[in-house]
Amino acid sequence: MSDTKAPQTLFEKIWSRHRIMERPDGQVLLYIDTHLVQDGSAPAFEMLRRRGIAPRAPHRTFATPDHYVPTDSRDLNTIADPEKRRMAQALMQDSARAGIRFFGLDDPRQGILHVVGPEQGLSWPGTTIVCGDSHTSTHGALGALAFGIGATEVSHVLATQTLWQRKPKTMRIVVDGRLGAGVSAKDIILSIIGKIGAAGAVGHVIEYAGSAVTGLTMEGRLTLCNMSIEAGARAGMIAPDDVTFEYLAGRPFAPAGRDWDEAVAYWRTLPTDPGARFDREVTLNADEIAPMVTWGTSPEDVVPITGRVPDPDTVTDAERRDAIARTLSYMGLKPGMPMTEVPIDHVFIGSCTNGRIEDLRSAAAVVKGRKVAAGVEAWVVPGSGLVKAQAEAEGLDRIFKDAGFQWRHAGCSMCLGTNGDIVAPGKRCASTTNRNFVGRQGPGSRTHLLSPMMAAAAAVTGRLTDVRRLMEGAA
Amino acid sequence: MKPFEPLDSVAVPIMRANVDTDQILPARYLQKPRSDDFGAYLFRDLRFRKDGSEVPDFVLNQEPYRHGRILVAERNFGCGSSREHAVWALYDYGFRAVIAPSFGDIFHSNALKNGLLPIVLPDATVAALLKTISARPGSRMKVDLATQTVVTPDGTTHSFTIDPFAKHCLIHGLDELDYTLTEMQRIIEFERRYAGEVATGPRSDR
Repeated sequence: MSDTKAPQTLFEKIWSRHRIMERPDGQVLLYIDTHLVQDGSAPAFEMLRRRGIAPRAPHRTFATPDHYVPTDSRDLNTIADPEKRRMAQALMQDSARAGIRFFGLDDPRQGILHVVGPEQGLSWPGTTIVCGDSHTSTHGALGALAFGIGATEVSHVLATQTLWQRKPKTMRIVVDGRLGAGVSAKDIILSIIGKIGAAGAVGHVIEYAGSAVTGLTMEGRLTLCNMSIEAGARAGMIAPDDVTFEYLAGRPFAPAGRDWDEAVAYWRTLPTDPGARFDREVTLNADEIAPMVTWGTSPEDVVPITGRVPDPDTVTDAERRDAIARTLSYMGLKPGMPMTEVPIDHVFIGSCTNGRIEDLRSAAAVVKGRKVAAGVEAWVVPGSGLVKAQAEAEGLDRIFKDAGFQWRHAGCSMCLGTNGDIVAPGKRCASTTNRNFVGRQGPGSRTHLLSPMMAAAAAVTGRLTDVRRLMEGAA
Repeated sequence: MKPFEPLDSVAVPIMRANVDTDQILPARYLQKPRSDDFGAYLFRDLRFRKDGSEVPDFVLNQEPYRHGRILVAERNFGCGSSREHAVWALYDYGFRAVIAPSFGDIFHSNALKNGLLPIVLPDATVAALLKTISARPGSRMKVDLATQTVVTPDGTTHSFTIDPFAKHCLIHGLDELDYTLTEMQRIIEFERRYAGEVATGPRSDR
């Protein structure tokens, strides 16, 4: 690094490398290295067809269906709703027509795009990655600039392999210290959202740093970056390091041989330079983070499992008081009740947030030798066909099935229910997913976001539970 | 995209923060073709009961809010999922502008590409506005993009900012892609240079 050059952040280095031109209004045309497309992309392909334009860089585009696929079979014909079936089929046809690499339901590499990308070695440090899905921020865990886009933007990227963007602000979130037993990356990100709010990082790209972040495995980092969007940030990222390189090495689409050595040499130049300035800095102490759980209908409505449901009567701001009361009414919770007294009907372990092998291992470790509580319907939906196969090779499927869990096929499933996997109205789900919005898991559904370990604890006790108590054998 | 025209309309208050795109357009309508009237699905689960009857308390089921074309909302409107369908639903219903203290980033960008004008005004201004238009149903507001101004029911004028290019596209009903296509030479030159660099991402043709 030349010492005459101003110190740059990881984000700035990637941004300037991909800058093609600037418009008079200051928006920059960015080159897109990797475009991931899923089965919600039919409208974008349709926009392109109407204009008579073919995708410009199909060799930089990768596709797999995840939103509409059934998780009780691998047969698209079992999708009862013809419109949903058509979405999944459209991706197959659009990909074939354009020459886009496609991982279909008959391919073990199929899965949730944000699980498949890192798994296949598609997510490289220093690259720009986009997808018509807001959780594209996940791939930032490998040091990429990765963000979700809308359908019109998907068609723009298909047509030109570029995107207009106004340079976002930067925010660094430093988490130092050590996570306690029973506490995971999910609890870090839920704590962050609780601290800065669901709009806390609007207009910013987050860089996560600090010893608790660099101490995470790649899978933990993926969970952390995944929910950047729930803090309002379109993208979250972590500087690439040896953890990143060890994870990527040897994956099918990662560089190999001399290309690998050159790539790693380049990637080592990417971390934020000492003295680089961020528009905002936030710090958290990992030692103070407990297992977290949401009580409301925004990810910012979050408390430690040792906490209580808020009491609107203690809130002075009238508007906030009304909002809490309305939320508690939807959620069917009593003001001030301990979180550990909340009974649950469903458990969902999966999604692009927590559907990876380490997530399943951590949940299985809690479930092992226990049974799903009476009246609870508990599901595991692996994030990809390869995660499922790996889990089966390790015998995790047996642990889950013996306990009474359903062991299903890969897809987005009950995170948003586009494929019909939904929580019934008024039912309560302990879910490892990313959004507890009103009706997110089905009309009238009630969602509590938590980690895979905490979801497992809820499954075996039938209520929200501090997993640390099960680990001590105290429950 | 149709050209954006000056608005003079009833303003509709949405009195809640963090209105996410799942509420604006529930996921079970995502597979519907764009040719559908997405206005029918707008705020579906807030507007209608399961049997299809209206929820009388919901603002869009009340006169004269029903016919509003300007929505006024609290912070972080349109957060969550990147679904452009949320913008289509607001647009098809008849909305042409949404005023809020802040927006979800992806929603904001989707709106500009579909003829729906997202207007950011300060917290206090929006709070006062929400109070006025809820207390006096039928209060009218004006939005003029050319002069970048909002006129509130009491006659106060507020200015707002917008990217000049996005403004140009909205006023003339232009798509960004048409403009980008005129710059293809720049993209081709970039690609030529970029091809010689290291670690430029995975390719399926190698």
